[in-house]
Amino acid sequence: MPGSSVSWAAKVLAVTRKDITAEFRTRYAINSILMFALVTLTVISMALGLMTPDSDLMAALFWVILFFAAMSGLAQVFIKEEEAGTALILKLSTEGLVIFFGKLIFNLLLLTVLSVLIVPLFIILLKVTPQNWAVFLIGLVLGDIGLAGATTIIAAIVAKATVKGALFTVLSFPILLPLLMAVIDITKVAFGGGNFGDISTGLQLLVAYDVVMVTVSVMLFDFVWRQ
Amino acid sequence: MLKLEIDKLAKWFGQRKIFEDINLTLEIGQSAAIIGPNGSGKTTLLRLIMGLSYPTRGEVIFSEDGKKLDFDGYRKRMALVSPYLSLYDALTGFENLRFFAKVDGRAVSNDEMNEVLEKVGLGGRGEDFVGAYSTGMKQRLKYAVALLKDPAIFLVDEPSANLDESGRNIVRGIIRAKKKDSLLILATNEKEEYELAGQFCQLGG
Repeated sequence: MPGSSVSWAAKVLAVTRKDITAEFRTRYAINSILMFALVTLTVISMALGLMTPDSDLMAALFWVILFFAAMSGLAQVFIKEEEAGTALILKLSTEGLVIFFGKLIFNLLLLTVLSVLIVPLFIILLKVTPQNWAVFLIGLVLGDIGLAGATTIIAAIVAKATVKGALFTVLSFPILLPLLMAVIDITKVAFGGGNFGDISTGLQLLVAYDVVMVTVSVMLFDFVWRQ
Repeated sequence: MLKLEIDKLAKWFGQRKIFEDINLTLEIGQSAAIIGPNGSGKTTLLRLIMGLSYPTRGEVIFSEDGKKLDFDGYRKRMALVSPYLSLYDALTGFENLRFFAKVDGRAVSNDEMNEVLEKVGLGGRGEDFVGAYSTGMKQRLKYAVALLKDPAIFLVDEPSANLDESGRNIVRGIIRAKKKDSLLILATNEKEEYELAGQFCQLGG
């Protein structure tokens, strides 16, 4: 039963679109991510009260919230395929890299939604505003790409384990530590009003991290996914 | 000509032998039935054939005109129907068919989808969510996904699992049609089904 052929990019987008459609209908990941972010932000805001911590602490708090909120939802892209029993037919239906990039884009979109919601809430509840928005946003975008890249491959690794949640965070933390240190440094500079000259080392590290993480994931994914 | 050669295949889980010395050669237009009691390794053997598990010894080789195919080389021509395989409950029947065709590299028309749904007895149910399907309807939809792929290698684990009499008749019709133009492997203990195959591979006995 022949049909017209579709491009590699269309296959990748079909995986992303399928995940978005399923997510809208089931709220599998987005609810846990958003609830975690909201609860953490509220608790920190109440704990700080009228205190105005320095930009170093605020930058760390921002990424701690983003990191743990991401941990609570990003692994679902592969865990739900394994738990629902759909991973088997997916493995036989398309190339491993189509799945990887489809899931990576979905996780990146999820992180973007999370970031778009967290940033204004962080500014309102914790009364802190980036003094240099360009530096803040470049750190946020590169940080989200690194976070999505690392968590997507780690999610594929832990999806078959029995204690998925704990294993996901334990495996993610050492892999994401260099990324977190670099983005926290950049966010500190953004909150403190510094400019691009102050973040050149962190920026290079972030770009290198993102490239290495996606390249290593591409090299490893087929093996991780098939077995 | 597409060919499958299974040579002295053995699988052990730790100290437990599942099977060993399995040999089988099949080409397009030929079929085999894997038969054996529960736990004899029928599904495990199918997973080894699919390349989704490593054998302890021996090998499974798919080749075409004497040239060995890699995983992607035979995967894109392979379809599996199994009770252990699930489709997406959050998507409709049409959305499932369209998704699996698209990630496989093909855009399918509504007419094509309606045609396969009619073939498996799901005509008019394409707009329903798969989560609302009965187990038997889900099994029929798996055949629709496989038929839409038009596989050269067709693997069927427990062909009539969860199906009523009408479903069983539809599936036997599909198997009879596919054995003519594909390399067909059935894993079953149902006499009416394994008798459709040209060769037998007995496990656990």
